[in-house]
Amino acid sequence: MFTDSDLATKTDASLTLPAYAGSVKPRAPIAKKTPVTKSAATTIDWSKDLIAVRDHKDQAAFARVFSHFAPRVKGFLIRSGASAEMAEECAQDVMATIWRKAHLFDPTKASPSTWIFTIARNRQIDLIRKARRPEPEELDWGPEAETDASDALALQEETIRLGKALAELPEKQRDLIQRAYFGDLSHNEIAEETGLPLGTIKSRIRLALDRLRHTMK
Amino acid sequence: MSTIKHHLTDSLLMGYSAGSLPEAFSLLVATHISVCDECRARMAEFDALGGEVMMSTELAEMGAEAFEKTLEALMNDSSAPVATQRRAGIFPSPLREYVGGDLDSVRWRKVGGGVRQMILKTDGEATARLLYIPTGVAVPDHGHNGTELTLVLQGAFSDEIDSFGVGDIEVTNEDIEHTPVAKGDIDCICLAATDAPLRFSGLIPRLAQPFLRI
Repeated sequence: MFTDSDLATKTDASLTLPAYAGSVKPRAPIAKKTPVTKSAATTIDWSKDLIAVRDHKDQAAFARVFSHFAPRVKGFLIRSGASAEMAEECAQDVMATIWRKAHLFDPTKASPSTWIFTIARNRQIDLIRKARRPEPEELDWGPEAETDASDALALQEETIRLGKALAELPEKQRDLIQRAYFGDLSHNEIAEETGLPLGTIKSRIRLALDRLRHTMK
Repeated sequence: MSTIKHHLTDSLLMGYSAGSLPEAFSLLVATHISVCDECRARMAEFDALGGEVMMSTELAEMGAEAFEKTLEALMNDSSAPVATQRRAGIFPSPLREYVGGDLDSVRWRKVGGGVRQMILKTDGEATARLLYIPTGVAVPDHGHNGTELTLVLQGAFSDEIDSFGVGDIEVTNEDIEHTPVAKGDIDCICLAATDAPLRFSGLIPRLAQPFLRI
């Protein structure tokens, strides 16, 4: 159920998570951080391989991206209700779409996992649910919209922190977030879990989002 | 569009990011994000969360030669990159696709009291329509059985809750009886979506409801 309190609280409660670093309203604090930590050194930066696919049609890089992401996309689709056969077919299609749309990959605007998730979600809606999900108008970034390596690194770091914060949520909260993304919860169920009136006990998704926001500050 | 003060809720953004919203609600969300940088940035955050959920899901091994099959499909591929549309009128591109053009392409139907509407074709359990409300005119008093979203495209309206200008989105539910009244110098045009038929308080609008298809 959508409530007025949900509306009233959300403006200042935006997640401080990876944002469009190059958007018209840039989230400057994200780009300004010095983000190098040990986790970055031990985590493979998949954006390098995606950029190699984008700029050089590098098949070896594509093979690495495939072997890392395809089983994750397939697992996600199965968990979202697809049969193993459908998930296999759709995951292959997602990987083909990554190759075809590589020219749109910009590591300053979306990390590899975020970008690939949006492709997987869209192919799932097209191929499996046979539904339509209108997309927002593209922003005109302009010819001088430069890609800044430090923005991309900062975004990658934020995404890693987000993944950790998600893993560290209490199990029941994490479970509800996952179920929302697996499509197990209708929009009304999500709303009931995020927008209870003021003065009532906070729901689990609301608690989880508050906790993620707190961690990402 | 820095004047937008009424934004999308977390639940709408999460549902949109998860891809579980009914089509009519997705249309409202996509149209609002097209003009609201703040909600566009928040959408990116929810997409990042979806990405981390995907990455934390148990892996499923791909079939034999899946990579070779994918490469083969790509080599036989002739599809060209799709050019993105630019905006030319007052309707953001997602809405233009449903109307088949801008404001001058809308096929209005009279609803009564000077109010006009056009139902947009969407699948699923929610419906979307454009509403034209002459300034000073009230939309018939109604409550809701579900969730209703109203996005202002031109002009402004106000009700018991607040006033809403271009780009603002109002989210109401069955607990809220409200009477939006168009105000300002120009007539108000809104995009509205609901996941349940409206129930009007007055007798005549109730009788008329089946014909309105809302």
